[in-house]
Amino acid sequence: MRYEAPNTTKEAAKLLAKEKGAAFVLAGGTDLLVRMKAGMTEPDLVVDIKHIPAMQEIKTTASGFKIGAVVSGATLGENKKLKKAWPGVVEAANLIGSDQIQGRCTMVGNLCNASPAADSVPAMIAAGAKAAVVGPNGRRTVAVENIATGPGSTSLAKGEVIESISLPKRPTKSGDAYLRFIPRTEMDIAVVSAGVNLTLEKGVIKTARVALGAVAPTALLVEDAAKAIIGTKLDDEALDALAAACSAACNPIDDKRGTVEYRTRVAGVLAKRAANIAFERAGGKK
Amino acid sequence: MSSVHVSTTINGDPVEFACPADESLLDSLRDRVGLTGSKEGCGTGDCGACSITLNGRLVCSCLVLGAEANGQEIGTVEGLHANGELHPLQQQFINNAALQCGICTPGFLVAAKALLDRNPDPDEEEIRYALAGNLCRCTGYDKIVRAVQAAAKQMRK
Repeated sequence: MRYEAPNTTKEAAKLLAKEKGAAFVLAGGTDLLVRMKAGMTEPDLVVDIKHIPAMQEIKTTASGFKIGAVVSGATLGENKKLKKAWPGVVEAANLIGSDQIQGRCTMVGNLCNASPAADSVPAMIAAGAKAAVVGPNGRRTVAVENIATGPGSTSLAKGEVIESISLPKRPTKSGDAYLRFIPRTEMDIAVVSAGVNLTLEKGVIKTARVALGAVAPTALLVEDAAKAIIGTKLDDEALDALAAACSAACNPIDDKRGTVEYRTRVAGVLAKRAANIAFERAGGKK
Repeated sequence: MSSVHVSTTINGDPVEFACPADESLLDSLRDRVGLTGSKEGCGTGDCGACSITLNGRLVCSCLVLGAEANGQEIGTVEGLHANGELHPLQQQFINNAALQCGICTPGFLVAAKALLDRNPDPDEEEIRYALAGNLCRCTGYDKIVRAVQAAAKQMRK
């Protein structure tokens, strides 16, 4: 195995593109090194992207926030401005692992690892996050929901890396929230998870995005669930419609963590609870 | 396997070593630098026995490549004591009998120090959350929490 630590995204893309063997990107390493240790992954080349300045910062831009690909969970949690604008996204990222893992793990790594149960992904999808992808043929912008294509697989082509994640600018009266169900109090893999992001106008939900995790091969953007609450004050009827739309979108597996029936039911329950939190954060009153 | 030359700072001292590109920093610390305080419990970032600081940030050294240490600042349990005296955390772990087999202890000490560096007066819940990435299969955590509380009190004086 060779180890490279380039200083630009372009150089990283070039190294990955020209490698004939198995090439992997190293950000926080909390998934890659575990897979290497288990012998599941045997890289010929590892490209450490942590020395690329464009990937290291959280920037406030005219269009919102730009979060570099190697920003750790711990760093996200310490950014008061980001936490205030997107509490659901930051809380989701901070749910990943222990303090030790938080010191290394990244949202882009969570996204590219492509686990259906990745905590930060439904929150990012609900937020309308976009990934800045850089490859040998230039740059493109991809909605976060279009990155994972199945467990462990992504739509990124050979040589492509995600440089940053953009979160849109926050209109006033907006709120987001992310909840997951785990059988323990912390540090576990989501059995089901839900992210909700909404904006109010005169107390009524004007726009909304709802995403679910761990109930399908990828995290899902559930447009019918958003439609169920847009135009409402999140009354009981709207919440029930939201839950029904979420359960209808589920296509989960049966495993030791939860059955199909359980996951399908709990997806609706969690979406309701997350919607209530997002509504309250947006200043909504019932 | 290509070898990587690493020039780093460990506990304030400049250190150089060469390691295979896929070697973990934990193995480099133990086998090349001779700092065997950090332990391997799981090797997958679950148990925290290999906890170190990397540029002041608490991490599992089993989930860092030795190559990644190049140009960075590493802190290990060996850097806790000063002028031949144990760190208050080390002394209070002894006073409170907060260890039995001792394998997890270096990781707990490094993680507890990282907590007290940013929060000198944590309550029990904060201590338990901050140490949730460190597993102990002997003592049952209560004594560890008490030792951290006692050290925090001593350090605030």
